[in-house]
Amino acid sequence: MKICVLVKEVPDAAVEKRIDPSTGRMDRSGEKNLNPYDTHAIEAAMQLKEGGALQVDEIVAVTMGPESAVRALHKAVSLGADRSIHLTDAALAGSDVAATGYALAKALEKEQPDVVLLGQQSDDGECYTIGAVVAEHLKAPSLTQVIKLDVVDGGLRCERQAEYGYDTVQVSLPAVISVGDAINEPRYPSLKAIMGAKKKPLETASAADAGIDASLVGGDGSRVQCGEFKAPPAKAAGTIIEDEDTDATVEQIVAWLDERKLI
Amino acid sequence: MDFDLSDDHRLLRSTVRDFAEQEIAPVAEELDRTKAFPYELVRRLGELNLMGIPFPEEVGGAGADTLAYAIAVEELARIDSSVAITLCAHTSLGTQPIYLFGSPEQRAEWLPKLTAGELLGAFGLTEPEAGSDAGNVQTRATLDGGEWVVDGAKQFITNAGTEISGCVVITAQTGTDERGRKEISNILVPNGTPGYEQGTPYRKMGWNASDTRPLTFTDCRVPEENLVGPRGDGFKQFLRVLDIGRIGVAAMGVGLAQGALDEALKYAKERKAFGQQISKFQAIQAKLADVATEIAAARLLTYHAAFLKDQRRDFSLVAAQAKLKTGRLAVRATEEAVQIHGGYGYIEEYPVCRFYRDAKILTIGEGTDEVQQMVIARALGA
Ligand SMILES: Cc1cc2nc3c(=O)[nH]c(=O)nc-3n(C[C@H](O)[C@H](O)[C@H](O)COP(=O)(O)OP(=O)(O)OC[C@H]3O[C@@H](n4cnc5c(N)ncnc54)[C@H](O)[C@@H]3O)c2cc1C
Ligand SMILES: Cc1cc2nc3c(=O)[nH]c(=O)nc-3n(C[C@H](O)[C@H](O)[C@H](O)COP(=O)(O)OP(=O)(O)OC[C@H]3O[C@@H](n4cnc5c(N)ncnc54)[C@H](O)[C@@H]3O)c2cc1C
Repeated sequence: MKICVLVKEVPDAAVEKRIDPSTGRMDRSGEKNLNPYDTHAIEAAMQLKEGGALQVDEIVAVTMGPESAVRALHKAVSLGADRSIHLTDAALAGSDVAATGYALAKALEKEQPDVVLLGQQSDDGECYTIGAVVAEHLKAPSLTQVIKLDVVDGGLRCERQAEYGYDTVQVSLPAVISVGDAINEPRYPSLKAIMGAKKKPLETASAADAGIDASLVGGDGSRVQCGEFKAPPAKAAGTIIEDEDTDATVEQIVAWLDERKLI
Repeated sequence: MDFDLSDDHRLLRSTVRDFAEQEIAPVAEELDRTKAFPYELVRRLGELNLMGIPFPEEVGGAGADTLAYAIAVEELARIDSSVAITLCAHTSLGTQPIYLFGSPEQRAEWLPKLTAGELLGAFGLTEPEAGSDAGNVQTRATLDGGEWVVDGAKQFITNAGTEISGCVVITAQTGTDERGRKEISNILVPNGTPGYEQGTPYRKMGWNASDTRPLTFTDCRVPEENLVGPRGDGFKQFLRVLDIGRIGVAAMGVGLAQGALDEALKYAKERKAFGQQISKFQAIQAKLADVATEIAAARLLTYHAAFLKDQRRDFSLVAAQAKLKTGRLAVRATEEAVQIHGGYGYIEEYPVCRFYRDAKILTIGEGTDEVQQMVIARALGA
C-alpha cells in the first residue's frame, strides 16, 4: 500500500511571527522549517511501515508551495519518505484553505494513496481544516486530531482527541487522517539520511500537471476575502495584589471580578 | 564567493540544534553538577552518524565534509561544551590519526567502532614535561621481542578513561635518529592492555561532564604492528592532527559564544530595572551588539578554515587564526553574558554560569593562544 503525507513549509518556530505592515499579511521572509505537526505525520507513516502489520510499499511526501518549499520535502525525505512531490505554480499563489485543499486533493488523485496522513494544524495558518477539505474532494473518510493509530482488522483503529475525552474510531481505507503531536516522538534524521535525501526522486508538478482547474485556485479562485490583519494588542499590565491579609485579598479579587461582570 | 550554506548543511544545523535543545539542554546542568559522563547522549549521537562526521562511509563515517563537522560541533557547544568536546576530541584527535596514518589492519579494526560511537578514541600528546613544547616527549617505547614496551606518563587526556574508551594513540620516543635527535613515533594502545592505567579524573574548572585524566604506562606491551604510520613520523603526524583539531575547537568557541549571546539576549528582554527591560539600556545593547558582531566574524573565519580543508588547500594558518579568535571570543562573550545576568549569572541555575567556566579552556587546550600566535607569526614570516 501507499501512504501520502502532506507537509507544509512554515516560518521556523524560533522566528517571532509578525504582520508585514506593507502588505498586511504574515511576514514569511525569515528562516523556515517543516511544520512540526507534519513531522509527527511522517513518523506515524514510518511506524506503520516499520510495524509490519500492513505492507507499506511507499511513503510519498507532498507539498504545495513556492520554490523554497522543496526544503520541507528535503526534510520529509530525510525523515523517511521514499520520494516527494512538489506542487508549485504561480497560479496557486494566494490560495485559501478551500483552494489549497482542492489543489492538494488533485495532486493526490494521481497517486491513489491508501492512507493520507497530515498534521492536524499548521504552525502559521492554524486552520485545522486541510484534512477535511482534502477528504471531501477524495470522497474518503476524514479523521482529525488522531493521537493513536493501530492496525486492526485490515483497517486503522484511531483514537482521536476530543474536548470531552477520546473517540475510538475504526476506519476502512482509503482514509485521510490528521494527527496531533501526542501521537509519537518523531525521530531525528541521521546525517547519512540528510545527505541521502537529495538522491531520492523529487517530482515537480504544475497546476496543469495535476489537472487543477486554475479558476478554483490562487487569489482569484479563493473565496476568503482577507481584511487588514493586525497584530494582537499588547497585553495590558495586570493588577498585582499583595497578599498581606487573605480575607482582604479575597474581597479585592471578588470586587475586581464583579466590576467586570464576571461573577 | 558563496556565503549560503547548502540545503544539507542547513538541515544538519537545524537537526543538531533541535537535538541539543530538546535532548541535551534538559540534562546539561545535572551532568555538569554531578560530573557524569554523558553515555546515553554519546550513544544517540552515534546513531545520528555524528561520531564520525568527516570520515568516508567505507570506514563507517558519515562521509560529510569539515564544514558539516564544524556546524555540528558549533550547535552542540551552543548548549553543552562537555558533550561538544567529547565528540570533538573523539573525532579530530582520537579517530583522526588512525584514519590518516593507520595501517589497513588498524583502520579495519578500529574505525567502524569509533565512527559509530560504540567506542571512544583518545589522543595522548601532552605530558607533565611536554605541553606547548610537545616535542619534549619523555614517554619511551622500546622494541623487545616483536613488542613495543611503553613507559611514561601523559597529562590531561580527554576520553581515555570512560567505560567505552577503546584506545589511545600516544606519542613516544622510539629512539634517536642518525644525527642523535629524538625520534618520535605514534603508538596505539588499546584500553585494557596490562600496564596502561587511567588515573582518577581531574577536578576541573569546567567541561565537567567530559572525561579528562592522567595516564600512566608501566612496562606496557603492545604488538610491534601498533606503530601508527612510519617510525619517526610522530612529530609531523601530531602537528597535522592538531591543525585539523583546531577547526573543531574553533567551532566550539563560536557555538559557546552564540549560546552565551542567545541566553544574554533572552534574559535582557525579560529582566526589568528602572521600570524598563534592561535590553533597552544602551550599555547593555552595546555589549550585545559587539558580541554578535564578533561572533559573525569568528564564524566566517572558522568556516573559511573548514572550507580550505575541504578544498584540500593549506588551512593551517587560517585554522590557527580561527582558534585564536574564537577562544578569546568565547571567554569574552561568556563574561559579558554573566555581566548582563547580574547576580543571577553567578548562580548555577542559569546556563551562562556554566558557560563562563567552560570558556577558559578554549584559550589553552589544543595549543594555547601563545602557541597560536607563534604559528601565525611564523606563517607571516616574522
Ligand atoms: C487569502 C490567502 C492567501 C494566502 N496566501 C498564501 C501564500 O501566499 N503563501 C503561503 O504559504 N500561504 C498562503 N496562504 C495560506 C495557505 O494557503 C494555507 O496553507 C492554507 O490556507 C491551509 O491552511 P493551514 O496551513 O492553516 O492548514 P491547516 O488545516 O492548519 O493544516 C493542516 C495540515 O495540512 C497540511 N497542509 C496545509 N497546507 C499545506 C500545503 N500548502 N501543502 C501541503 N500540505 C499542507 C499540513 O500537513 C498541515 O499540517 C494564504 C491563505 C489565504 C486565506
Ligand atoms: C580539560 C583539558 C583537556 C585536555 N585534553 C587533551 C588531550 O585530549 N590530549 C592531549 O594531548 N592534551 C590535552 N590537554 C592538554 C593541553 O593541550 C595542554 O594543557 C596545552 O597544550 C598547554 O600545555 P601545558 O598545560 O603544559 O602548558 P605549558 O606549555 O606549560 O604553558 C604554560 C604557559 O606558557 C606559555 N608558553 C609556553 N611556551 C611558550 C612560548 N614558546 N612562547 C610563549 N609562551 C609560551 C603557554 O602559552 C602558557 O601560557 C588538555 C588539557 C585540558 C586542561
